[in-house]
Amino acid sequence: MIHALLAPFAYAFMQRALVAACIVGILCSMMGTYVVLRKLAFIGDGLAHASFAGIVIAYLRNIDYQLGAAVVAVLTALGIGFVHRKGKVSLDTSIGVLFTAAFALGIFLMSRQTRYTLDLQSFLFGDILSVTRGDLIFIVAVSAAVFIAAMLAFRDMLFASFDPVVAEAAGLPVKWLDYGLLVALALTIVVSLQSVGIVLVAALLVTPAAAAYQLAKRFTPMLLLSAAFGVTSTVGGLYASYFLGSSSGATIVLVATLLFFIAVALKRLRPA
Amino acid sequence: MSCDVELHNVRVSYDAFCALEGIDLCIQHGEALGIVGPNGSGKSTLLKTIAGLLRPERGTICVFGTEPRRLPRGTIAYVPQVEAVDWGFPATVSDVVAMGRFSHLPWWRRFGATDRALVEEAIDAVGMTPMAGRHIAELSGGQQQRAFIARALAQQPRLLLLDEPTTGVDAATEEALRLVVRGVVGRGTPVLMTTHDLERVDEWFDRLMVLDRRTLALGTPDEVAASGAYSAIREHTHTHGHLRVDHDPHEGHEAHPEVRV
Repeated sequence: MIHALLAPFAYAFMQRALVAACIVGILCSMMGTYVVLRKLAFIGDGLAHASFAGIVIAYLRNIDYQLGAAVVAVLTALGIGFVHRKGKVSLDTSIGVLFTAAFALGIFLMSRQTRYTLDLQSFLFGDILSVTRGDLIFIVAVSAAVFIAAMLAFRDMLFASFDPVVAEAAGLPVKWLDYGLLVALALTIVVSLQSVGIVLVAALLVTPAAAAYQLAKRFTPMLLLSAAFGVTSTVGGLYASYFLGSSSGATIVLVATLLFFIAVALKRLRPA
Repeated sequence: MSCDVELHNVRVSYDAFCALEGIDLCIQHGEALGIVGPNGSGKSTLLKTIAGLLRPERGTICVFGTEPRRLPRGTIAYVPQVEAVDWGFPATVSDVVAMGRFSHLPWWRRFGATDRALVEEAIDAVGMTPMAGRHIAELSGGQQQRAFIARALAQQPRLLLLDEPTTGVDAATEEALRLVVRGVVGRGTPVLMTTHDLERVDEWFDRLMVLDRRTLALGTPDEVAASGAYSAIREHTHTHGHLRVDHDPHEGHEAHPEVRV
């Protein structure tokens, strides 16, 4: 019995996938806490689509596609923040304008290629089983950087997320915290692309945190609960996909969705 | 005597609309200034400008000898009139008040026993100790207001800015707030507070500023009362409800000659 349950992880590619699933699950869901509390659900979708342009450019220039995705996603994130502040439009509008532009640029560049061998499918829907050793190093390094930055800015980010006006009056660097969060989200998304793909990565950023929001009364419990939901989704989804023969990205998102509805039900059942 | 807060010929505009014009002000150490005036008279704008949230179009602002935006973290505590926060945010009263300490804690410092003690003390000062563990959504409007004032107290600012803290609170809370303000002032921290309509201004403030885009009067409560500017504003507010006092800039000046100390 135990042997059968552990069987999937006898393969090296499954072991790498498991490590990637754990890291991505925790990172996305913790950063997702800010996404949900700041009502930025749209950003996940936006930056993921924007990174597509980076993937195409990297392909055409024959450089590492993760580097291309990271550079374009970070530039788009900074652009979104800049247009929001200087153009005096809502963050939502700014995201809508810039991510479609970056995505269109990706399509434009690709459409001019007569022959291409770029495997679009794996970028759109993710392929966690194809994570290589090199990919894993990239995922660990970038995740560690984002995680450390988030820990160092933890209190400032919390205050600025809850009450930006008062935080700014108290002398907190609210503008830079906003830009920093956008960049951290861009990197989080790029790191997660291979696992769940462009189309579904937004779910990993929003759903576990939204589930935690149902149940937690304070911020730190919400953060920890979100991480627990996130890692349960990615690892559970990966595991289930092995036995069901389904797409790992889609299965991960469906597990997260299931957890969300369980959280909603628990909240309704719990005495007030 | 030097001023803790000094404004010289300050003008603030929102795009084409001029909200404040020709404001000169000197707030001294341990002084409580009440800012009165009808809605739309620029009271909130004045506080936001001193807090560094708005930049003046013209004139200079000095807070403790420097521009508001260049002050060290935690110098100014600002309590806005309407808190535009998400009431569903996962935070209890204690959590919100604890944020007052964050500006003094760089990332390498832990939230320690001193911080916890200051948070408890601030919650106690506004009479919220029994509600400390409650989620912010479970509070009444007046209790929410008190929690935000406690956050400002926990910050131990060198300058406290309160925007209409007495709006919508009961008489007991109002008196508790008055004692809090006098306590802060007594420790030498200047307080600037706007108020829409308040009885017994002399028990709250050392000086009073009557504002309607420009300074109509500035002096001790008695001097301001003698000038007639305050009562004229109150007449208007009472008669016209929410309306601002409309007047010709020049005519207004003559009607309410400025009183200066």
